Amino acid sequence: MNHAEVRRAETRNPEVAQRVTDEYRWGFVTDIEQETVPKGLNEDVIRLISAKKNEPEFMLEWRLTAYRHWLTLREPAWSTVHHPPIDYQAIHYYAAPKTRTQPKNLSEVDPELLRTYEKLGIPLQEREALAGVAVDAVFDSVSVATTFKDKLESLGIIFCPFSEAVQKHSGLVREYLGSVVPYTDNYFATLNSAVFTDGSFVYVPKGVRCPMELSTYFRINAKNSGQFERTLIIADEGASVSYLEGCTAPMRDENQLHAAVVELVALKDARIKYSTVQNWYPGDREGRGGIYNFVTKRGDCRGDRAHISWTQVETGSAITWKYPSCILRGDDSVGEFYSVALTNHRQQADTGTKMIHIGKNSRSTIVSKGISAGFGSNAYRGLVKVLPGAANARNHTQCDSLLMSDHCAAHTFPYIEVKNPTATVEHEATTSKIGDDQLFYLRSRGLSEEDAVNLIVNGFCKEVFKELPMEFAVEAQKLLAVSLEGAIG
Amino acid sequence: MLHIENLHVSIGDKPILAGIDLDVKAGEVHAIMGPNGSGKSTLAQVLAGREGYVVTAGCVRYLDRDLLALAPEERARAGVFLAFQYPLEIPGVANVQLLRTALNSVRRSRNETELDAMDFLDTVKGKLELLGMDDSFLYRAVNEGFSGGEKKRNEILQMAVLEPRLAILDETDSGLDIDALKTVAHGVNALKHPGRAVILVTHYQRLLNYIVPDRVHVLAGGRIVRSGDASLALELEERGYGWLMPESSPQTEARP
Repeated sequence: MNHAEVRRAETRNPEVAQRVTDEYRWGFVTDIEQETVPKGLNEDVIRLISAKKNEPEFMLEWRLTAYRHWLTLREPAWSTVHHPPIDYQAIHYYAAPKTRTQPKNLSEVDPELLRTYEKLGIPLQEREALAGVAVDAVFDSVSVATTFKDKLESLGIIFCPFSEAVQKHSGLVREYLGSVVPYTDNYFATLNSAVFTDGSFVYVPKGVRCPMELSTYFRINAKNSGQFERTLIIADEGASVSYLEGCTAPMRDENQLHAAVVELVALKDARIKYSTVQNWYPGDREGRGGIYNFVTKRGDCRGDRAHISWTQVETGSAITWKYPSCILRGDDSVGEFYSVALTNHRQQADTGTKMIHIGKNSRSTIVSKGISAGFGSNAYRGLVKVLPGAANARNHTQCDSLLMSDHCAAHTFPYIEVKNPTATVEHEATTSKIGDDQLFYLRSRGLSEEDAVNLIVNGFCKEVFKELPMEFAVEAQKLLAVSLEGAIG
Repeated sequence: MLHIENLHVSIGDKPILAGIDLDVKAGEVHAIMGPNGSGKSTLAQVLAGREGYVVTAGCVRYLDRDLLALAPEERARAGVFLAFQYPLEIPGVANVQLLRTALNSVRRSRNETELDAMDFLDTVKGKLELLGMDDSFLYRAVNEGFSGGEKKRNEILQMAVLEPRLAILDETDSGLDIDALKTVAHGVNALKHPGRAVILVTHYQRLLNYIVPDRVHVLAGGRIVRSGDASLALELEERGYGWLMPESSPQTEARP
């Protein structure tokens, strides 16, 4: 009679039951009338999207130029991720909740849609948003509601759906769109440039510190649709802003493509903090379904002493492929990248950052924490490039991997190119496996196995979590806990 | 409180404990002594529920429950505490966070209300004072970068916070200088209580100068070969273990 086995079976059963119900809490589908354009991609579809959004001519031209360029490109194959070929003609490039007219305020938004966001815990109602978070919610391709608009407007801050910015602030859009991520940048960014449907736009004028966190919530609901949002944030001289991004999708057996582009522009003395908690549907245990998250995010420290900070917690998606980067153009500019990427079951992540040092005394910090469980595969890929003019540039990179099973994988690909002899570049990397001894130690103090795992993982991620705004940090911890249920063994 | 009967334990095919009988009553302090490889640490680990040991015969009753049927966390919640010989490091987790999570896990299992951060801080500060320890202990990562002595004192702090019914100290005295030894002994003495039993697993007699045991047991070759009162420890100090060794060749202690 083996005591150990009996005991495990007894104590684990309730957890198993709990796990099944908890697996992906955001996996519901909203039953709402959808307006979609026919599947597939051609110039007519792009013209249709542009027309639906009533876009000015320059926007359509930009899209078509990008599309024609895209036709000359091939899907990149250099990352560690593997997936069956994507049929770009099987995707709906536009899906929107059907409403007769554009809603003017919250009371005109479809109540079914508001209920969806309520289920997701997004405080769309301003009275509920006392926490001081202004929210822009993007449902499939359309931005649904932006809260706190009036208060922000009084400070000259623009925070609105991208499609609205194209109409009302076309000068700014024209000046900055594609200035950080050009339409020629890479396969997925080029596709996005051709077909992007909505996203968020932020402009913070000179010297203004945005008094609240700005937040966008992305949700893919429609079947066979892709989400191609585009976010553009501009912090003018001396301005500062903190921006949060969250995402979920229903559970579906097919894979869905999410190819977003985020561009940040920080002028002289400006500061942008961009935080993401990414929880797209990761697929099931066997790797069926889930989101392909192929995203291009880049910030440009365009003036002296500009500061851009990326913080990401990546727990979802079947495949994550993203490298939030900083171009440190200004002298004394600062770039930071703090990342937690978790892969469980059959999830794959190839993520990291690029720090391009151009300005003198530019500094960058990279802290990457990869957690691999189940059959998950996790790769850190990072480039630190110091150009000849970047005297006294400094970088510190710390890259830690935590393995939770015998079948998972962790890879580290640091690329370092230094063309200035006064630069200092440091790289540290560690790999550890969650130990039976550590787990026993914590369990012998009364913690359940799950609590013990969570405590160890939270300790591992602490340097990243402390960069997140408070509510987001709490959310991120809960998310990791759910994503790791049953991960040991 | 604790009743061990004919306990046989193996690691793989290798027998380590070969029939342990032991009775510990509430309020008592027992010392388990013996040479290296006698099975002392194995006994401590088995009582705390470490996986990898196979109980091939015998039983352990604790407060009228079958102790061996409980998971490690269930034993902890029922009041069993093991102070580790080699405490583990948990990077990035503040001591105070572990202490509060642990205490609240135990309280929850007893249907007691969980302590919030402020109430907990009051509780733990009292314990620090009792042990003559510094506040800074609370905010350092669990055992990370701690000296050997600090790690052992940290175990005693955890014990003081969790207030176990049965505390097992596995070679808590090893590697301590005399001052640290006194601190640890003072901590254990301060926690003595008519409802609490303590088992000291130790190699040397010197801890017993500061914590006077009610019973001393000598473990050799996986069996208790001699039991006596505190004077037995002094006799061992003088004569060594050789005269008590069984005829068969001594076993080396293995770890899973």
